[in-house]
Amino acid sequence: MNVLVCVKQIPDPATPGELTAEHTLKREGKLILDESDSYGVEMALQLVDKAGGGEVTLVSMAPNDEVSGLRTALAMGAAKAVLVSDPSLAGSDSLGTAKVIAKAVERVGDADLLLTATESTDGYTGTVAAQVAELLGWPSLTFAKEVTVADGTVTIQRQTEAGFDVVEASLPAVVSVTAGVVEPRYPSFKGIMAAKNKPVDAVTPSDLGLADDQVGWAGARQAIASVEKAPAREAGEKIEDDGTAHERVVAFLEQLKVI
Amino acid sequence: MKVLVFAEAVEGTTVSSTLELLTKARDLGDVEAAYVGSAADAVAATVGEYGATKLYTVQDDGSLVGAVGAALLAGVVEQAQPDLVLFSQTYDGRDAMGRLSARLDRPVVTNGLSVTTDGDTVRVGTQIFGGATIVETEFTGSAPYLAGIRPKSFVAEPSGGSAAAVEQVSISDAGRGTEAKVLDHHVEESEGPKLEEATVVVSGGRGIGSEESYGPLVDELANLLKGASGASRAIVDAGWVPYSKQVGQTGKTVKPKVYIALGISGATQHLVGMKGSDNIIAVNKDAEAPIFSVADLGIVGDVQKVVPKLIEALKAKS
Repeated sequence: MNVLVCVKQIPDPATPGELTAEHTLKREGKLILDESDSYGVEMALQLVDKAGGGEVTLVSMAPNDEVSGLRTALAMGAAKAVLVSDPSLAGSDSLGTAKVIAKAVERVGDADLLLTATESTDGYTGTVAAQVAELLGWPSLTFAKEVTVADGTVTIQRQTEAGFDVVEASLPAVVSVTAGVVEPRYPSFKGIMAAKNKPVDAVTPSDLGLADDQVGWAGARQAIASVEKAPAREAGEKIEDDGTAHERVVAFLEQLKVI
Repeated sequence: MKVLVFAEAVEGTTVSSTLELLTKARDLGDVEAAYVGSAADAVAATVGEYGATKLYTVQDDGSLVGAVGAALLAGVVEQAQPDLVLFSQTYDGRDAMGRLSARLDRPVVTNGLSVTTDGDTVRVGTQIFGGATIVETEFTGSAPYLAGIRPKSFVAEPSGGSAAAVEQVSISDAGRGTEAKVLDHHVEESEGPKLEEATVVVSGGRGIGSEESYGPLVDELANLLKGASGASRAIVDAGWVPYSKQVGQTGKTVKPKVYIALGISGATQHLVGMKGSDNIIAVNKDAEAPIFSVADLGIVGDVQKVVPKLIEALKAKS
Protein backbone atom coordinates (compact mmCIF):
# COMPACT_ATOMS: atom_id res chain seq x y z
CA MET A 1 0.00 0.00 0.00
CA ASN A 2 1.30 3.44 -0.91
CA VAL A 3 0.54 6.20 1.54
CA LEU A 4 1.17 9.88 0.87
CA VAL A 5 1.49 12.34 3.74
CA CYS A 6 1.19 16.11 3.58
CA VAL A 7 3.92 17.70 5.68
CA LYS A 8 4.42 21.39 6.28
CA GLN A 9 7.69 23.03 7.18
CA ILE A 10 7.04 25.97 9.48
CA PRO A 11 8.98 28.58 11.47
CA ASP A 12 9.59 27.27 15.01
CA PRO A 13 6.31 28.01 16.85
CA ALA A 14 8.30 28.57 20.07
CA THR A 15 9.79 31.78 18.62
CA PRO A 16 7.55 34.84 18.14
CA GLY A 17 6.15 35.13 14.60
CA GLU A 18 6.59 38.20 12.42
CA LEU A 19 4.83 39.48 9.32
CA THR A 20 6.45 40.58 6.06
CA ALA A 21 5.58 43.94 4.41
CA GLU A 22 3.01 41.96 2.39
CA HIS A 23 1.39 40.71 5.64
CA THR A 24 2.43 37.09 5.15
CA LEU A 25 4.21 35.16 7.88
CA LYS A 26 8.00 35.52 7.71
CA ARG A 27 9.36 32.15 6.64
CA GLU A 28 13.02 33.01 6.40
CA GLY A 29 15.74 30.83 7.84
CA LYS A 30 15.42 27.28 9.07
CA LEU A 31 11.99 25.71 9.04
CA ILE A 32 10.99 22.68 11.08
CA LEU A 33 8.54 19.83 10.56
CA ASP A 34 5.15 20.93 11.91
CA GLU A 35 4.63 18.68 14.93
CA SER A 36 0.99 18.24 13.85
CA ASP A 37 2.25 16.39 10.77
CA SER A 38 4.48 13.99 12.71
CA TYR A 39 1.34 12.02 13.69
CA GLY A 40 0.40 11.53 10.02
CA VAL A 41 3.93 10.41 9.18
CA GLU A 42 3.91 7.88 12.04
CA MET A 43 0.42 6.65 11.10
CA ALA A 44 1.51 6.21 7.47
CA LEU A 45 4.61 4.22 8.48
CA GLN A 46 2.49 1.94 10.67
CA LEU A 47 -0.14 1.39 7.95
CA VAL A 48 2.46 0.49 5.32
CA ASP A 49 4.12 -1.81 7.83
CA LYS A 50 0.83 -3.60 8.58
CA ALA A 51 0.03 -3.89 4.85
CA GLY A 52 3.36 -5.68 4.43
CA GLY A 53 4.45 -3.64 1.42
CA GLY A 54 4.45 -0.25 -0.27
CA GLU A 55 6.02 3.00 0.80
CA VAL A 56 5.42 6.39 2.39
CA THR A 57 5.85 9.49 0.21
CA LEU A 58 5.87 13.04 1.57
CA VAL A 59 4.20 15.94 -0.19
CA SER A 60 5.23 19.44 0.81
CA MET A 61 5.00 23.03 -0.36
CA ALA A 62 7.57 25.51 0.92
CA PRO A 63 9.37 28.71 0.01
CA ASN A 64 13.09 28.71 -0.85
CA ASP A 65 13.47 24.97 -1.51
CA GLU A 66 13.53 24.35 2.23
CA VAL A 67 14.09 20.67 3.09
CA SER A 68 15.10 20.54 6.78
CA GLY A 69 11.60 19.60 7.95
CA LEU A 70 11.30 17.04 5.16
CA ARG A 71 14.59 15.44 6.22
CA THR A 72 13.13 14.91 9.71
CA ALA A 73 10.17 13.00 8.24
CA LEU A 74 12.44 11.08 5.85
CA ALA A 75 14.60 10.14 8.84
CA MET A 76 11.50 8.74 10.55
CA GLY A 77 11.19 6.32 7.65
CA ALA A 78 9.41 7.91 4.67
CA ALA A 79 10.91 6.71 1.37
CA LYS A 80 10.84 9.89 -0.70
CA ALA A 81 9.34 13.36 -1.06
CA VAL A 82 7.86 15.79 -3.55
CA LEU A 83 8.64 19.41 -2.74
CA VAL A 84 6.82 22.19 -4.55
CA SER A 85 8.72 25.42 -4.20
CA ASP A 86 8.61 28.76 -6.03
CA PRO A 87 8.47 32.50 -5.21
CA SER A 88 5.07 32.64 -6.96
CA LEU A 89 3.61 30.58 -4.09
CA ALA A 90 3.95 33.43 -1.54
CA GLY A 91 0.52 34.56 -0.38
CA SER A 92 -1.18 31.27 -1.29
CA ASP A 93 -4.37 30.62 0.67
CA SER A 94 -5.76 27.21 1.62
CA LEU A 95 -7.35 26.61 -1.80
CA GLY A 96 -4.14 27.55 -3.64
CA THR A 97 -2.25 25.20 -1.34
CA ALA A 98 -4.78 22.44 -1.99
CA LYS A 99 -4.42 22.88 -5.76
CA VAL A 100 -0.65 22.43 -5.46
CA ILE A 101 -1.00 19.37 -3.23
CA ALA A 102 -3.63 17.75 -5.46
CA LYS A 103 -1.36 18.17 -8.50
CA ALA A 104 1.61 16.81 -6.56
CA VAL A 105 -0.45 13.77 -5.52
CA GLU A 106 -1.28 13.16 -9.18
CA ARG A 107 2.41 13.49 -10.05
CA VAL A 108 3.36 10.79 -7.54
CA GLY A 109 0.56 8.58 -8.86
CA ASP A 110 -0.45 5.17 -7.52
CA ALA A 111 -1.56 6.46 -4.10
CA ASP A 112 -4.00 4.51 -1.94
CA LEU A 113 -4.28 7.03 0.84
CA LEU A 114 -3.34 10.67 1.51
CA LEU A 115 -2.91 11.60 5.17
CA THR A 116 -2.92 15.16 6.53
CA ALA A 117 -3.07 16.83 9.92
CA THR A 118 -6.36 18.42 10.98
CA GLU A 119 -4.73 21.85 10.58
CA SER A 120 -1.25 23.32 10.46
CA THR A 121 0.20 25.02 13.52
CA ASP A 122 1.00 28.31 11.75
CA GLY A 123 -1.86 29.02 9.31
CA TYR A 124 -4.47 26.72 10.95
CA THR A 125 -7.09 27.19 8.22
CA GLY A 126 -8.15 23.57 8.75
CA THR A 127 -9.72 23.06 5.33
CA VAL A 128 -6.92 21.72 3.12
CA ALA A 129 -7.79 18.02 3.60
CA ALA A 130 -11.37 18.57 2.37
CA GLN A 131 -10.24 20.86 -0.47
CA VAL A 132 -7.63 18.40 -1.76
CA ALA A 133 -10.17 15.56 -1.59
CA GLU A 134 -12.73 17.54 -3.59
CA LEU A 135 -10.12 18.50 -6.22
CA LEU A 136 -9.02 14.86 -6.56
CA GLY A 137 -12.63 13.62 -6.49
CA TRP A 138 -11.86 11.44 -3.46
CA PRO A 139 -13.82 10.95 -0.24
CA SER A 140 -12.42 12.76 2.82
CA LEU A 141 -12.54 11.13 6.25
CA THR A 142 -11.62 13.82 8.72
CA PHE A 143 -10.57 14.16 12.38
CA ALA A 144 -9.49 10.52 12.65
CA LYS A 145 -8.33 9.20 16.03
CA GLU A 146 -7.90 5.67 14.69
CA VAL A 147 -7.28 4.46 11.14
CA THR A 148 -7.44 0.92 9.76
CA VAL A 149 -7.16 -0.27 6.17
CA ALA A 150 -8.33 -3.64 4.87
CA ASP A 151 -9.46 -4.96 1.49
CA GLY A 152 -9.40 -1.62 -0.30
CA THR A 153 -11.43 0.09 2.42
CA VAL A 154 -10.34 2.63 5.01
CA THR A 155 -12.22 2.83 8.32
CA ILE A 156 -11.69 5.56 10.87
CA GLN A 157 -12.92 6.61 14.27
CA ARG A 158 -13.89 10.23 13.66
CA GLN A 159 -13.73 12.60 16.62
CA THR A 160 -17.12 14.17 17.43
CA GLU A 161 -18.32 16.45 20.21
CA ALA A 162 -20.01 13.51 21.92
CA GLY A 163 -17.47 10.75 21.28
CA PHE A 164 -16.66 9.30 17.87
CA ASP A 165 -18.30 8.05 14.68
CA VAL A 166 -17.12 5.06 12.70
CA VAL A 167 -16.68 6.22 9.09
CA GLU A 168 -15.73 4.09 6.11
CA ALA A 169 -14.87 4.65 2.45
CA SER A 170 -13.20 2.83 -0.39
CA LEU A 171 -9.67 3.79 -1.44
CA PRO A 172 -8.19 6.05 -2.59
CA ALA A 173 -9.21 8.54 0.09
CA VAL A 174 -7.97 11.50 2.11
CA VAL A 175 -7.79 11.05 5.89
CA SER A 176 -7.00 13.85 8.36
CA VAL A 177 -5.44 12.66 11.59
CA THR A 178 -5.84 14.32 15.01
CA ALA A 179 -2.79 14.94 17.20
CA GLY A 180 -1.76 12.56 19.96
CA VAL A 181 -3.29 9.40 18.47
CA VAL A 182 0.03 7.69 17.76
CA GLU A 183 3.43 8.35 19.24
CA PRO A 184 5.73 9.70 16.53
CA ARG A 185 9.02 7.78 16.55
CA TYR A 186 12.32 9.58 17.07
CA PRO A 187 14.56 9.30 14.01
CA SER A 188 17.42 6.89 14.70
CA PHE A 189 21.00 7.81 13.83
CA LYS A 190 20.81 5.32 10.96
CA GLY A 191 17.55 6.95 9.83
CA ILE A 192 19.09 10.41 9.90
CA MET A 193 22.06 9.26 7.82
CA ALA A 194 19.81 7.43 5.33
CA ALA A 195 17.52 10.48 4.99
CA LYS A 196 20.36 12.51 3.49
CA ASN A 197 20.33 10.35 0.38
CA LYS A 198 16.59 9.84 -0.04
CA PRO A 199 15.13 11.39 -3.21
CA VAL A 200 13.40 14.76 -3.04
CA ASP A 201 11.60 15.58 -6.27
CA ALA A 202 11.78 19.40 -6.42
CA VAL A 203 9.18 20.93 -8.72
CA THR A 204 7.52 24.29 -9.40
CA PRO A 205 3.80 25.03 -9.81
CA SER A 206 4.30 25.38 -13.57
CA ASP A 207 5.92 21.90 -13.67
CA LEU A 208 2.61 20.72 -12.21
CA GLY A 209 0.60 22.54 -14.87
CA LEU A 210 -0.66 25.28 -12.56
CA ALA A 211 -0.95 28.82 -13.93
CA ASP A 212 0.44 31.79 -11.99
CA ASP A 213 -3.06 33.12 -11.25
CA GLN A 214 -4.07 29.87 -9.52
CA VAL A 215 -1.58 30.19 -6.66
CA GLY A 216 -0.02 32.94 -4.51
CA TRP A 217 -1.75 36.27 -3.94
CA ALA A 218 -3.42 36.19 -7.37
CA GLY A 219 -5.02 32.81 -6.67
CA ALA A 220 -6.07 33.81 -3.16
CA ARG A 221 -8.38 36.59 -4.42
CA GLN A 222 -8.24 38.34 -1.08
CA ALA A 223 -6.36 41.31 0.33
CA ILE A 224 -5.28 42.21 3.85
CA ALA A 225 -7.30 45.34 4.59
CA SER A 226 -5.83 46.02 8.04
CA VAL A 227 -3.49 44.63 10.68
CA GLU A 228 -3.96 45.96 14.19
CA LYS A 229 -2.85 45.18 17.71
CA ALA A 230 -5.64 43.64 19.78
CA PRO A 231 -6.44 45.34 23.11
CA ALA A 232 -4.38 43.64 25.82
CA ARG A 233 -5.96 42.02 28.87
CA GLU A 234 -4.76 43.34 32.22
CA ALA A 235 -3.15 41.01 34.73
CA GLY A 236 -4.78 40.96 38.18
CA GLU A 237 -3.74 39.71 41.59
CA LYS A 238 -0.85 37.21 41.80
CA ILE A 239 0.00 35.37 45.03
CA GLU A 240 2.54 32.74 46.08
CA ASP A 241 1.03 29.58 47.52
CA ASP A 242 1.91 29.34 51.21
CA GLY A 243 -0.35 26.33 51.72
CA THR A 244 -3.54 28.43 51.92
CA ALA A 245 -3.86 29.77 48.35
CA HIS A 246 -6.87 27.48 47.76
CA GLU A 247 -8.79 29.63 50.29
CA ARG A 248 -8.22 32.68 48.10
CA VAL A 249 -9.57 30.72 45.10
CA VAL A 250 -12.69 29.73 47.08
CA ALA A 251 -13.24 33.37 48.11
CA PHE A 252 -12.87 34.52 44.49
CA LEU A 253 -15.37 31.88 43.27
CA GLU A 254 -17.81 32.98 46.01
CA GLN A 255 -17.39 36.60 44.99
CA LEU A 256 -18.23 35.59 41.38
CA LYS A 257 -21.23 33.63 42.73
CA VAL A 258 -20.28 30.40 40.96
CA ILE A 259 -20.39 28.55 44.32
CA MET B 1 -26.83 41.43 0.53
CA LYS B 2 -28.02 37.83 0.50
CA VAL B 3 -26.46 35.54 3.09
CA LEU B 4 -26.67 31.74 3.08
CA VAL B 5 -25.94 29.99 6.39
CA PHE B 6 -24.86 26.33 6.53
CA ALA B 7 -27.04 25.09 9.40
CA GLU B 8 -26.14 22.12 11.59
CA ALA B 9 -28.25 20.15 14.05
CA VAL B 10 -27.61 17.35 16.50
CA GLU B 11 -30.55 14.97 17.01
CA GLY B 12 -32.95 17.53 15.59
CA THR B 13 -31.73 20.43 17.71
CA THR B 14 -30.05 23.25 15.80
CA VAL B 15 -26.60 23.87 17.28
CA SER B 16 -25.86 27.17 19.01
CA SER B 17 -23.10 28.20 16.59
CA THR B 18 -25.66 28.12 13.74
CA LEU B 19 -27.94 30.45 15.74
CA GLU B 20 -24.99 32.81 16.26
CA LEU B 21 -24.38 32.92 12.50
CA LEU B 22 -28.05 33.53 11.71
CA THR B 23 -28.16 36.43 14.19
CA LYS B 24 -25.11 37.99 12.53
CA ALA B 25 -26.42 37.29 9.01
CA ARG B 26 -29.64 39.22 9.84
CA ASP B 27 -27.54 42.33 10.41
CA LEU B 28 -25.95 41.92 6.99
CA GLY B 29 -29.01 41.30 4.82
CA ASP B 30 -31.51 38.66 3.74
CA VAL B 31 -30.92 35.26 5.28
CA GLU B 32 -31.47 31.75 3.97
CA ALA B 33 -30.12 28.48 5.31
CA ALA B 34 -29.13 25.04 4.05
CA TYR B 35 -29.18 21.82 6.08
CA VAL B 36 -28.28 18.16 5.59
CA GLY B 37 -30.29 15.74 7.72
CA SER B 38 -33.60 14.20 8.61
CA ALA B 39 -34.99 16.91 10.93
CA ALA B 40 -35.78 19.61 8.35
CA ASP B 41 -39.08 20.68 9.93
CA ALA B 42 -37.59 21.17 13.40
CA VAL B 43 -34.57 22.98 11.97
CA ALA B 44 -36.81 25.17 9.75
CA ALA B 45 -38.75 26.30 12.83
CA THR B 46 -35.59 27.24 14.71
CA VAL B 47 -33.71 28.93 11.85
CA GLY B 48 -36.92 30.86 11.08
CA GLU B 49 -37.04 32.08 14.65
CA TYR B 50 -33.52 33.45 14.11
CA GLY B 51 -34.32 35.19 10.83
CA ALA B 52 -33.96 32.71 7.93
CA THR B 53 -36.85 32.80 5.45
CA LYS B 54 -35.96 29.62 3.58
CA LEU B 55 -34.33 26.30 4.39
CA TYR B 56 -32.84 24.28 1.53
CA THR B 57 -32.41 20.71 2.59
CA VAL B 58 -31.38 17.28 1.47
CA GLN B 59 -32.18 14.04 3.27
CA ASP B 60 -29.37 12.41 5.23
CA ASP B 61 -28.26 9.30 3.29
CA GLY B 62 -25.75 8.08 5.85
CA SER B 63 -22.84 9.91 4.22
CA LEU B 64 -20.47 12.08 6.15
CA VAL B 65 -22.18 15.50 6.12
CA GLY B 66 -19.38 17.57 4.52
CA ALA B 67 -19.47 16.21 0.98
CA VAL B 68 -23.27 16.10 0.82
CA GLY B 69 -23.41 19.61 2.30
CA ALA B 70 -21.02 20.95 -0.31
CA ALA B 71 -23.07 19.36 -3.10
CA LEU B 72 -26.28 20.82 -1.63
CA LEU B 73 -24.72 24.26 -1.24
CA ALA B 74 -23.30 24.22 -4.76
CA GLY B 75 -26.81 23.72 -6.12
CA VAL B 76 -28.28 26.40 -3.87
CA VAL B 77 -25.55 28.88 -4.82
CA GLU B 78 -26.43 28.41 -8.47
CA GLN B 79 -30.16 28.78 -7.83
CA ALA B 80 -30.29 31.50 -5.15
CA GLN B 81 -27.08 33.46 -5.95
CA PRO B 82 -26.07 34.41 -2.39
CA ASP B 83 -23.31 37.00 -1.91
CA LEU B 84 -21.92 35.33 1.19
CA VAL B 85 -22.00 31.77 2.58
CA LEU B 86 -21.29 31.43 6.32
CA PHE B 87 -20.14 28.24 8.05
CA SER B 88 -19.42 27.45 11.69
CA GLN B 89 -15.86 26.32 12.36
CA THR B 90 -17.11 22.89 13.50
CA TYR B 91 -16.01 19.44 12.32
CA ASP B 92 -18.76 19.14 9.69
CA GLY B 93 -18.65 22.87 8.90
CA ARG B 94 -14.96 22.63 8.09
CA ASP B 95 -15.55 19.66 5.77
CA ALA B 96 -18.38 21.43 3.96
CA MET B 97 -16.59 24.78 3.54
CA GLY B 98 -13.44 23.09 2.25
CA ARG B 99 -15.23 20.94 -0.27
CA LEU B 100 -17.48 23.81 -1.44
CA SER B 101 -14.48 26.11 -1.83
CA ALA B 102 -12.77 23.61 -4.15
CA ARG B 103 -15.97 22.79 -5.98
CA LEU B 104 -16.83 26.44 -6.76
CA ASP B 105 -13.19 27.51 -7.06
CA ARG B 106 -13.75 30.23 -4.46
CA PRO B 107 -11.41 31.04 -1.56
CA VAL B 108 -12.65 30.49 1.98
CA VAL B 109 -11.47 32.62 4.89
CA THR B 110 -11.53 30.51 8.04
CA ASN B 111 -11.42 31.05 11.81
CA GLY B 112 -13.28 34.35 11.45
CA LEU B 113 -14.30 36.27 14.57
CA SER B 114 -16.12 39.08 12.80
CA VAL B 115 -17.82 39.78 9.47
CA THR B 116 -18.41 43.30 8.19
CA THR B 117 -19.83 44.56 4.92
CA ASP B 118 -19.68 47.87 3.12
CA GLY B 119 -21.83 47.78 0.01
CA ASP B 120 -20.68 44.66 -1.82
CA THR B 121 -17.38 44.52 0.06
CA VAL B 122 -17.03 41.77 2.67
CA ARG B 123 -14.32 41.65 5.33
CA VAL B 124 -13.57 38.87 7.80
CA GLY B 125 -11.59 39.53 10.99
CA THR B 126 -9.23 36.88 12.35
CA GLN B 127 -6.68 36.78 15.17
CA ILE B 128 -3.05 35.82 14.69
CA PHE B 129 -0.10 35.48 17.06
CA GLY B 130 -2.23 34.19 19.91
CA GLY B 131 -4.78 36.96 19.58
CA ALA B 132 -2.22 39.76 19.94
CA THR B 133 -2.93 40.94 16.39
CA ILE B 134 -6.21 41.31 14.52
CA VAL B 135 -6.19 40.96 10.73
CA GLU B 136 -9.04 42.06 8.46
CA THR B 137 -9.18 40.17 5.16
CA GLU B 138 -11.20 41.50 2.22
CA PHE B 139 -12.46 39.35 -0.65
CA THR B 140 -11.35 40.75 -4.01
CA GLY B 141 -12.72 38.10 -6.41
CA SER B 142 -16.29 37.46 -7.44
CA ALA B 143 -19.11 36.34 -5.13
CA PRO B 144 -20.15 34.17 -3.43
CA TYR B 145 -17.63 34.70 -0.66
CA LEU B 146 -17.13 31.84 1.79
CA ALA B 147 -16.28 32.35 5.45
CA GLY B 148 -15.82 30.01 8.41
CA ILE B 149 -16.61 31.59 11.78
CA ARG B 150 -15.41 30.32 15.15
CA PRO B 151 -18.24 29.46 17.55
CA LYS B 152 -18.84 32.08 20.28
CA SER B 153 -17.92 34.97 17.97
CA PHE B 154 -21.48 36.40 18.09
CA VAL B 155 -24.28 36.32 20.64
CA ALA B 156 -27.38 34.47 19.36
CA GLU B 157 -30.66 36.40 19.63
CA PRO B 158 -34.00 35.27 18.15
CA SER B 159 -35.88 37.66 15.88
CA GLY B 160 -39.23 35.98 16.47
CA GLY B 161 -39.67 35.01 12.81
CA SER B 162 -41.93 32.19 11.67
CA ALA B 163 -40.67 28.87 10.39
CA ALA B 164 -38.51 29.01 7.27
CA ALA B 165 -40.06 27.61 4.09
CA VAL B 166 -38.60 24.17 3.44
CA GLU B 167 -37.33 23.34 -0.04
CA GLN B 168 -36.12 19.79 -0.69
CA VAL B 169 -33.21 19.82 -3.08
CA SER B 170 -31.88 16.85 -4.99
CA ILE B 171 -28.14 16.81 -5.36
CA SER B 172 -26.31 15.79 -8.45
CA ASP B 173 -22.74 14.97 -9.27
CA ALA B 174 -21.45 14.64 -5.70
CA GLY B 175 -18.86 12.22 -7.05
CA ARG B 176 -16.95 9.84 -4.82
CA GLY B 177 -17.07 12.42 -2.00
CA THR B 178 -20.31 10.99 -0.64
CA GLU B 179 -18.83 7.50 -0.49
CA ALA B 180 -17.63 8.20 3.05
CA LYS B 181 -20.38 6.59 5.12
CA VAL B 182 -21.05 6.87 8.83
CA LEU B 183 -21.56 3.32 10.10
CA ASP B 184 -21.97 3.94 13.80
CA HIS B 185 -22.16 6.68 16.45
CA HIS B 186 -20.35 6.17 19.75
CA VAL B 187 -21.39 8.44 22.58
CA GLU B 188 -18.87 8.61 25.38
CA GLU B 189 -20.43 9.15 28.79
CA SER B 190 -19.80 12.65 30.03
CA GLU B 191 -21.38 14.58 32.82
CA GLY B 192 -22.08 18.27 32.85
CA PRO B 193 -22.24 20.95 30.16
CA LYS B 194 -20.42 21.11 26.83
CA LEU B 195 -17.02 22.80 26.76
CA GLU B 196 -18.17 25.72 24.62
CA GLU B 197 -21.37 26.30 26.58
CA ALA B 198 -20.17 25.88 30.17
CA THR B 199 -20.22 28.71 32.72
CA VAL B 200 -17.04 27.33 34.26
CA VAL B 201 -14.19 25.70 32.32
CA VAL B 202 -11.31 23.93 34.06
CA SER B 203 -8.38 23.12 31.76
CA GLY B 204 -5.24 21.11 32.43
CA GLY B 205 -1.76 21.33 30.96
CA ARG B 206 1.59 19.60 31.40
CA GLY B 207 1.82 20.96 34.94
CA ILE B 208 -0.82 18.50 36.18
CA GLY B 209 2.02 15.97 36.03
CA SER B 210 0.58 12.92 34.30
CA GLU B 211 -2.30 11.52 32.29
CA GLU B 212 -3.58 9.83 35.46
CA SER B 213 -3.94 13.19 37.22
CA TYR B 214 -6.42 14.58 34.70
CA GLY B 215 -9.44 12.79 36.17
CA PRO B 216 -8.86 13.46 39.88
CA LEU B 217 -7.68 17.05 39.38
CA VAL B 218 -9.23 18.58 36.24
CA ASP B 219 -12.42 16.55 35.77
CA GLU B 220 -13.12 16.48 39.49
CA LEU B 221 -12.80 20.26 39.90
CA ALA B 222 -14.91 20.83 36.77
CA ASN B 223 -17.63 18.52 38.11
CA LEU B 224 -17.69 20.24 41.50
CA LEU B 225 -18.13 23.61 39.78
CA LYS B 226 -20.75 22.17 37.36
CA GLY B 227 -18.40 23.07 34.54
CA ALA B 228 -16.61 21.40 31.64
CA SER B 229 -13.04 20.19 31.43
CA GLY B 230 -10.60 21.30 28.73
CA ALA B 231 -6.94 20.96 27.89
CA SER B 232 -3.86 22.62 26.47
CA ARG B 233 -2.45 21.47 23.15
CA ALA B 234 0.55 19.93 24.92
CA ILE B 235 -1.49 17.23 26.65
CA VAL B 236 -3.65 16.57 23.59
CA ASP B 237 -0.48 16.05 21.54
CA ALA B 238 0.79 13.76 24.29
CA GLY B 239 -2.35 11.65 23.93
CA TRP B 240 -3.60 12.26 27.50
CA VAL B 241 -7.02 13.56 26.36
CA PRO B 242 -8.80 13.68 22.96
CA TYR B 243 -8.64 16.57 20.45
CA SER B 244 -12.23 17.59 21.29
CA LYS B 245 -11.00 18.87 24.68
CA GLN B 246 -8.40 21.22 23.21
CA VAL B 247 -8.78 24.94 23.96
CA GLY B 248 -6.76 27.29 21.77
CA GLN B 249 -5.91 28.35 18.26
CA THR B 250 -6.04 24.85 16.81
CA GLY B 251 -8.81 23.89 19.22
CA LYS B 252 -11.89 25.57 20.62
CA THR B 253 -12.62 29.12 21.69
CA VAL B 254 -14.32 29.33 25.08
CA LYS B 255 -15.72 32.39 26.85
CA PRO B 256 -17.00 31.12 30.20
CA LYS B 257 -17.73 33.22 33.25
CA VAL B 258 -14.75 31.56 34.95
CA TYR B 259 -11.79 29.87 33.27
CA ILE B 260 -9.40 27.95 35.50
CA ALA B 261 -6.02 27.07 33.96
CA LEU B 262 -4.17 24.33 35.86
CA GLY B 263 -0.53 23.81 35.03
CA ILE B 264 -0.83 25.64 31.71
CA SER B 265 2.06 27.96 30.87
CA GLY B 266 -0.02 30.05 28.48
CA ALA B 267 1.59 29.72 25.06
CA THR B 268 0.00 32.08 22.51
CA GLN B 269 -1.56 28.97 20.97
CA HIS B 270 -3.62 28.54 24.17
CA LEU B 271 -4.31 32.18 25.08
CA VAL B 272 -6.20 32.87 21.84
CA GLY B 273 -8.80 30.28 22.83
CA MET B 274 -9.57 31.51 26.34
CA LYS B 275 -8.59 35.12 26.92
CA GLY B 276 -12.13 36.27 26.13
CA SER B 277 -13.30 34.59 29.37
CA ASP B 278 -14.92 36.94 31.92
CA ASN B 279 -12.62 35.84 34.75
CA ILE B 280 -9.42 33.82 34.61
CA ILE B 281 -7.79 31.90 37.47
CA ALA B 282 -4.39 30.34 36.88
CA VAL B 283 -2.33 27.94 38.98
CA ASN B 284 1.25 27.39 37.84
CA LYS B 285 4.60 26.68 39.46
CA ASP B 286 6.49 29.11 37.23
CA ALA B 287 5.94 32.69 38.44
CA GLU B 288 7.04 33.95 35.01
CA ALA B 289 4.51 31.85 33.04
CA PRO B 290 2.69 33.98 30.41
CA ILE B 291 -0.68 32.71 31.68
CA PHE B 292 -0.32 35.12 34.64
CA SER B 293 -0.35 38.11 32.26
CA VAL B 294 -4.05 37.43 31.53
CA ALA B 295 -5.12 36.00 34.92
CA ASP B 296 -7.38 37.94 37.27
CA LEU B 297 -6.21 35.65 40.06
CA GLY B 298 -2.84 33.95 39.71
CA ILE B 299 -1.58 31.35 42.16
CA VAL B 300 2.13 30.65 41.95
CA GLY B 301 2.19 27.11 43.26
CA ASP B 302 2.11 23.39 42.55
CA VAL B 303 -1.15 22.25 40.96
CA GLN B 304 -0.76 18.89 42.66
CA LYS B 305 -0.76 20.59 46.08
CA VAL B 306 -3.19 23.48 45.54
CA VAL B 307 -5.93 21.65 43.63
CA PRO B 308 -6.52 18.69 46.02
CA LYS B 309 -6.95 21.23 48.86
CA LEU B 310 -9.30 23.30 46.70
CA ILE B 311 -11.35 20.19 45.91
CA GLU B 312 -11.53 19.30 49.63
CA ALA B 313 -12.63 22.82 50.52
CA LEU B 314 -15.35 22.82 47.84
CA LYS B 315 -16.59 19.39 48.95
CA ALA B 316 -16.75 20.61 52.55
CA LYS B 317 -18.91 23.53 51.49
CA SER B 318 -21.39 21.56 49.41
